[in-house]
Amino acid sequence: MQFPGDLFYTDSHEWVRHEGVTATVGITDYAQSQLKDIVYVEFPQIGSTFKKGDTIGVVESVKTVADLLSPISGKVTETNPILKDHPQFVNEDPYGKGWMVKMEVSQPDELKALLSSADYEKGVAEEE
Amino acid sequence: MDDFIRYIPHTEEDCRKMLETIGVRSVDDLFRSIPEEYRLTKPLDLPEALSEPDLLRHLQRLQSPIFSEGPWSSFLGGGAYHHFIPAVVSALSSRSEFYTAYTPYQPEISQGTLQAIFEYQTLMCQLTGMEVSNASMYDGASSLAEAILMAYRITKRKKVLLSEAIHPDYRRVIQTYLDPDQQEIVSIPYRKQDGRTDYAMLSNLLDGDVSSVVIQHPNFFGVIEDFRGLGEKVHQSGGVMVVGFSEAVAYGILTPPGEMGADIIAGEGQSLGIPVSYGGPYLGIFATREKYVRNMPGRLVGETVDLEGKRGFVLTLATREQHIRRERATSNICTNEGLCALMATIFLSTLGKAGLREMALMNLSKAEYAKKLISGSRVCRLVFVAPTFNEFVIRVDGEAEKVLEKMRKEKILGGVSLARFYPELDHHLLVTVTEMVTKEEIDHWAEALEEALR
Repeated sequence: MQFPGDLFYTDSHEWVRHEGVTATVGITDYAQSQLKDIVYVEFPQIGSTFKKGDTIGVVESVKTVADLLSPISGKVTETNPILKDHPQFVNEDPYGKGWMVKMEVSQPDELKALLSSADYEKGVAEEE
Repeated sequence: MDDFIRYIPHTEEDCRKMLETIGVRSVDDLFRSIPEEYRLTKPLDLPEALSEPDLLRHLQRLQSPIFSEGPWSSFLGGGAYHHFIPAVVSALSSRSEFYTAYTPYQPEISQGTLQAIFEYQTLMCQLTGMEVSNASMYDGASSLAEAILMAYRITKRKKVLLSEAIHPDYRRVIQTYLDPDQQEIVSIPYRKQDGRTDYAMLSNLLDGDVSSVVIQHPNFFGVIEDFRGLGEKVHQSGGVMVVGFSEAVAYGILTPPGEMGADIIAGEGQSLGIPVSYGGPYLGIFATREKYVRNMPGRLVGETVDLEGKRGFVLTLATREQHIRRERATSNICTNEGLCALMATIFLSTLGKAGLREMALMNLSKAEYAKKLISGSRVCRLVFVAPTFNEFVIRVDGEAEKVLEKMRKEKILGGVSLARFYPELDHHLLVTVTEMVTKEEIDHWAEALEEALR
């Protein structure tokens, strides 16, 4: 199981890649392994704004559904168009081709409150 | 009623194949071993064969003096319709395999049930001109209410433009469903002259806040709505076009709403092989466009292949549903009207496309005949000028309830008094004429009506 060191993580198993004003959001390798085969990702409307902790999407797998929670506050600028036809990318490449939403960060301070790779990995180990 | 219910165990094509297999040219050739002089060359001295509905009526006529006090003539409708139901519908649907089974909790074990539902969904898509149908809902009213909730999920807008020519009971159910969501219902009146929804007013109210535009077609007054071009306008404003109905037989001759810009079609399927039995159980039909399927309520059966590549059926897109998605499910419905959906499936399979069309045409022409009788009357008149299907509204010069009471003495259920639904329509009756009444009964109805108003 992978937890890349350059990303931020949340307790609810999202990851965040921070580049300039943009934050890219997806679900972690651990999350995809728990959900199993993902069949659909429901996205927010581009241009809509969310506060940290809001539901911005829904991830559907063969047997269950999970909310995608916004790890930070900001405005949605892009959603991953490839997932519509290839939801399996979330399983195959959760930190790459399986990214879900790009947001414009409105409160950069919030990023500091997110988990580091090491902390998240520890949390996952406890959950297991 | 020639073709619309006829039992032939094998088709011409079957016969041709059988003859070909045994190497015989025609059926007559099979009897060649019988000497010519012993063969019957003229038709048997029997009355002409009757169709199933005619035969039933014949038998009822034979029995009635002995066992009952004679049949009643019904001109009631308004959401519940007296149509012919071929005997095969109850014969097949009451088989214990279908009749006693509740929704199996491991649905894929019941391939027969799933296949029947799959066939039902296919038929509903063909009937409505839509791309996806669910496995059915409770009834027309709840189905239409669910359509409005679905439009809200799609648009996230709360304003609903609701035609007042929709069945009043349906509108009450819609009200009940929508209140907790605090959606705003804006009623669009019907035009007093033709009985259609006031499209000019509707278009004026169509703005960026409107989630759905909802009409009924044919509407509660039996009037065929003319909503050509409306769907386009609704789409331009970002809304969803919903078409409801209570008389599914009309789609035997009307252009399917799916071909006229509707995004969701939701209505009542009782007309399709389900008897009028004290108000239920009924059948909620619900169909939509494929792009909206994830927002659709209800169960859905899909076709697939098993490990050996054989055709099979599964419940599909179940993540929309309550047992998985909990409070975020598209609906709280977890079941379907399985038996009624099966009856509609058998009914439509028996009639076929041509049979349903013929049945619809019979409704239309009999209703038109009744309208013609009324148009010559001095004591009652037709109210709306727009074309109708098998129902129409008349105004009587007298108290509607008293008129109906007098007609009941003649064993005629003469129509539905509209005053309790539309206070402005006292002295008005909604009259329904299906294929089940004969020309003589219609004549008798018109005479009794005149008599009651004398």
